[in-house]
Amino acid sequence: MSLLKVQNLGITFGGLKAVDNLSLEIEKNELYGLIGPNGAGKTTVFNMLTGVYKPTTGEFFLNGENLTGKSSIEINRKGIARTFQNIRLFGKMTVADNVMVGLYNQMHYNLVDGLLRSPKYFADEKEFSKRADELLAVFDLYDDRDTLASNLPYGKQRKLEIARALATSPKLLLLDEPAAGMNPNETAELMKTIRFVREKFDMTILLIEHDMKLVMGICERVTVLNFGTELAAGKTSVALNNPQVIKAYLGDD
Amino acid sequence: MKSIINRKNITRLAVAVAIWAVIALLMATGIMSRSLQSLTIKICYYVMLTLSLDLIVGYLGDLSLGHAAFYAVGGYAGGAFALYTNLPFIPTFILALLIGGVVAAIVGFLISKSILKLRGDYLAIVTLAFGEFIRSFVKIIRGLGGTKGLIGIESYSSRIVGFSLSYIVVLLVIIAIYNFTHSRYGRAVTAIRDNAIAVESVGIDIKKMKVLVFTISSFIAGMAGVLFGFYKTTLNPSDFTYNLSIEVLVMVVLGGMGSIRGSVIASVVIVALPELLRGASDYRMLIYAVALIAMMMFKSNPKLVKYTERLGAAVDNLKKSLTRKAVSDKPSSGGVSK
Ligand SMILES: Nc1ncnc2c1ncn2[C@@H]1O[C@H](COP(=O)(O)OP(=O)(O)O)[C@@H](O)[C@H]1O
Ligand SMILES: [Mg+2]
Repeated sequence: MSLLKVQNLGITFGGLKAVDNLSLEIEKNELYGLIGPNGAGKTTVFNMLTGVYKPTTGEFFLNGENLTGKSSIEINRKGIARTFQNIRLFGKMTVADNVMVGLYNQMHYNLVDGLLRSPKYFADEKEFSKRADELLAVFDLYDDRDTLASNLPYGKQRKLEIARALATSPKLLLLDEPAAGMNPNETAELMKTIRFVREKFDMTILLIEHDMKLVMGICERVTVLNFGTELAAGKTSVALNNPQVIKAYLGDD
Repeated sequence: MKSIINRKNITRLAVAVAIWAVIALLMATGIMSRSLQSLTIKICYYVMLTLSLDLIVGYLGDLSLGHAAFYAVGGYAGGAFALYTNLPFIPTFILALLIGGVVAAIVGFLISKSILKLRGDYLAIVTLAFGEFIRSFVKIIRGLGGTKGLIGIESYSSRIVGFSLSYIVVLLVIIAIYNFTHSRYGRAVTAIRDNAIAVESVGIDIKKMKVLVFTISSFIAGMAGVLFGFYKTTLNPSDFTYNLSIEVLVMVVLGGMGSIRGSVIASVVIVALPELLRGASDYRMLIYAVALIAMMMFKSNPKLVKYTERLGAAVDNLKKSLTRKAVSDKPSSGGVSK
């Protein structure tokens, strides 16, 4: 059984079909690409898969469980975590605390433990701040752990978002243009980190990317969207050489 | 293993006891004038009001203009209990404090549940209306004294007792708020202020968090109302006007929003200043306004903010190099170098 199954998913905004009849399946531990020109509907797909928008048509399943129409909160608890194209960090909190917020649901102590600082509080805080540090180290952010998130350079902010998403220990990680705004060196390094994350955490990743070259180097399979509909899907090298896809991209830039 | 009993906390406790001892001594010897003695009690319940409103405004990032309502509910509930029961003073005081806090918390819980969807201006307007509603409500309830007020709440046997009890309550509140803001709950609340959508994306129920903050905040404001009632022995609907809510909001803003220390300092200074500079009390509202505008201009000026941040960092570095503490162990995974 595939980890994520999307069936005929679609959404309409006041007559505009932002996404229409999208179907795809992602296997466990796969690194899958969702690409297409600007405005194709990629982010909208993520918003549906994370409960920000309710799909107008279709359904999606995680490990066979239907999550269509569930809230963002429930969907994250079921195992889908994401990053945002326009970075959404907790800017006035430290880098470490950003990840600690991601660990919230895994901590055990209750409000009274917190107010009275019971031994359970200390044990939990210690254990999870260690885990936060480990996650930060993966993204080379450990030395910045006490910096305010808004003071981080752009590239590191993107990484911190991935660390925070991973902190919720998801089964499926959705990355929305993680390399946007990065220089080629940073991008190459990020791609390495994404591969590393996939191995270390046995993670399944669905990645939105605008840049075709980048996708080629990292995704086994892709779905290409244009005006909300699927242009091509399948093995990356094949799908990207599809004449319609080439045309859509040439028309875009 | 970390625990509550460590050197830092023992020092803090010692400082708190020392402050109490000095003030109590000044009171006992009569060096402190009667009006200054009353001022110490007033500062205590203002500190609680400011701290509790800061949870909503500074930490959660919502604007409430009706904080006096919870203060009134707590004051009246605790005051009525004290008035209509016949227990020795200390049990009366403790029970009144709890009853005032709990009744205010229940009201805060219900209110926050019903206004959850509101944000920004709408929330501010509804809280404002709610504050006025509570004031009108206590006015028409005869058992609560109506417009004449709730008269004859048992008073402290002396100002030292009043100050000491209020001081203990404030300390407990400060500890509780500190612990709250440094727990996973407090972090989630601060995160909501910074980015609510991202908080939901990591599986945290922001509605529950908001209700939690409003409930805790109104519990503390309610207890502040009880302290006020015992101090003043008479509660009047006119004690709980919109002006008070604004005054406390000014303290929160001047305290820097989202800062326990700032809230305490701002409320001490703002409560004490007009009394210390007698003549200036006419200009109190003017001073607030000017201070508020200055603070807002300061906060919205990136250069000034950057400057203070640099200043803070420099102080931190200085502290570090003075103490030269060993840095805690680093995690093993990943290529970290320092
Ligand atoms: N909340 C919304 N209301 C109206 N239109 C929307 C909304 N969200 C997205 N859209 C529209 O859906 C289309 C796809 O947008 P998006 O998914 O952000 O594209 P992409 O991420 O592929 O660049 C765009 O035309 C956009 O204007
Ligand atoms: Mg997008």
